Amino acid sequence: MEVAVCVKRVPQVGGRIVVTPDGQDVDTRMSGFAISPHEECAVEEAVQITERLGGTVSVLTLGPAEAADQLRDALALGAHRAVLLEDGGREWGPAGTAAAIVAEVRRRAAEGPGCDLLLLGNEAADTGDYQVGVRVAHGLGWPCATGIKHLEITGDGARARREYRGREETFEFGLPAVITVKEGINLPRYPSLPGRLRAKRAAIEQYQPQWQPEGLRKRALRVPDQPRQQATVLGTGADAVPALVRLLEELGVLK
Amino acid sequence: MNVLCLVELDEAGVTDASLRALTFARSLATGGPAAPGATGPVVAAVAFGPADRVPASLLGRYGVTEAYVVEPSALDGYAPQAWARTLEGLLSVTLAAAVVAAGTDCGSEVLAHLGALTGQPMAANCLTASPEADGTLAVSRQRWAGLLIEDAILDGTPALLTVATDVVPPVPVDDAADPAVLVHEPDLDPADLRVRAAVSAGRDGGVSLATARVVVGGGRGVGGPDGFAPLEELARLLGGVVGVSRVVTSQGWRPHTQQVGQTGTKITPELYLACGISGAIQHMAGCASAKHIVVINTDPAAPILSRADYAVIGDLAEVIPALVAALKERA
Ligand SMILES: Cc1cc2nc3c(=O)[nH]c(=O)nc-3n(C[C@H](O)[C@H](O)[C@H](O)COP(=O)(O)OP(=O)(O)OC[C@H]3O[C@@H](n4cnc5c(N)ncnc54)[C@H](O)[C@@H]3O)c2cc1C
Ligand SMILES: Nc1ncnc2c1ncn2[C@@H]1O[C@H](COP(=O)(O)O)[C@@H](O)[C@H]1O
Repeated sequence: MEVAVCVKRVPQVGGRIVVTPDGQDVDTRMSGFAISPHEECAVEEAVQITERLGGTVSVLTLGPAEAADQLRDALALGAHRAVLLEDGGREWGPAGTAAAIVAEVRRRAAEGPGCDLLLLGNEAADTGDYQVGVRVAHGLGWPCATGIKHLEITGDGARARREYRGREETFEFGLPAVITVKEGINLPRYPSLPGRLRAKRAAIEQYQPQWQPEGLRKRALRVPDQPRQQATVLGTGADAVPALVRLLEELGVLK
Repeated sequence: MNVLCLVELDEAGVTDASLRALTFARSLATGGPAAPGATGPVVAAVAFGPADRVPASLLGRYGVTEAYVVEPSALDGYAPQAWARTLEGLLSVTLAAAVVAAGTDCGSEVLAHLGALTGQPMAANCLTASPEADGTLAVSRQRWAGLLIEDAILDGTPALLTVATDVVPPVPVDDAADPAVLVHEPDLDPADLRVRAAVSAGRDGGVSLATARVVVGGGRGVGGPDGFAPLEELARLLGGVVGVSRVVTSQGWRPHTQQVGQTGTKITPELYLACGISGAIQHMAGCASAKHIVVINTDPAAPILSRADYAVIGDLAEVIPALVAALKERA
């Protein structure tokens, strides 16, 4: 089973999110970088599948040269190959990103064993466009399921489940296919020391796809108004319980 | 401008998220120039299911002027690409210049397919949209699960937008009239039906995290899997459910279905009682729409105190049992 996983390097923001003075980016001077939890789970799922069925896991990212760090994180978790599509210092939108991923999957298939399963996150943590996976599936002509929280690979097909409005939706289709996953599908492992050492030495393939303009054009980013300010302290420890009960009464949540 | 809106049906008629999407669709329709020769902008709704389950008067109250229904005999159940193909077919019928859906799993997925089918861009989780003189739309949309807002220009016809359902409120119209409900036969491609859902029976009873009136939140401060019993009891007394932080789910203390936040569930309760949670922005992304936030935390400097209404400074292992006892005594 040849599995490829698409991951995106995004700023790791802690207690506060700050926009640069020109309003164009998130201020990352104080932050690290990581991939989204959804994508961590996609890497874990791919590694588990190849542990069961054999095959290789490739991780793929479109980003700056520094996104090699995130590829190495995935290699440390058990991915076998890594591909960096260099973004040329530009911000890519979902259509261009999908086109670059499609081209890379096709290039791989032309050179050797193609990809049987392509895993992505349901949405990227930063832009939250909710569409790269679906666009990639259309580009490749493959079936696609999104928001998946349970996946079984059955011979030459997949059975994928998600929960929606208190019901379970199950999708069954043949491979190759595109599946976008959500956190909760598994509990990602921690990287092992040998895994880290292997990742450090691994070679990363690099390509330069052609940027294309998008139909959704950012003008500016801003932080939404914060309706809440500092909390009113009702008291300390169990002594505060009578005040807390009165508050719950006032809020109308006691039956 | 004519606008087509995907409507999701449920036991109550139409989902709350879809009523919000309809409200958004209506303000977009009335904000722009009318289609040539038309008496007023069309807000067309499309729903999938038996025609007798389409609540025409409810749709009318939310400004729908034309309702299309795709019956199970034409397309049975949920098949995302087939739903998108149906929307594509309805563009020429409704002369819609924009297609709107709720930013739910279903709505986001169907509009992404429509984007791919039509080659158009799609703007996810919009808060506002208004037509510009040059035919584009000025939109504001959520990024970072709502922690940031992006102001942007959306090109292309049809304009494709999903609606941030935890922010845009559902608002009925003053002068409601029942729309006609027209049965629509979609023109589908066999490939559109490759992926379709088999749907399980609904979960019986039980309050869901997403719609609970009260959520009792537990974070790392709960200390371990055994610490949740008092929170469960408190939630039960308040008619609510327990929600947790990502630390709790990634330690395996609680299942991921209980996680509140950017990569968990977004909640909209009357009361969120957050216990032993620091208030990381990714957690707050899931509870910012709570009407009231009350915190129990040992640390008076925890970030969550600057995003909450009330706080008790103290050990939750002491405060919660005392609160449970007080509520039981009161009953
Ligand atoms: C892209 C991304 C997505 C994420 N998505 C989510 C998400 O969906 N949901 C989510 O929750 N997190 C999410 N996170 C993780 C988030 O950044 C935080 O790591 C997490 O929310 C912290 O959980 P916590 O508040 O339980 O733990 P901590 O930050 O460790 O806070 C524990 C708090 O408990 C208090 N405390 C300790 N002991 C007690 C006691 N006995 N009584 C009372 N108080 C006590 C402490 O003072 C502290 O404030 C995400 C992160 C990323 C990068
Ligand atoms: N620049 C990128 N490089 C690799 N994968 C990406 C990139 N952008 C998005 N993706 C993948 O597409 C998913 C959905 O992203 P989006 O549609 O932008 O919300 C993400 O979770 C990633 O798996």
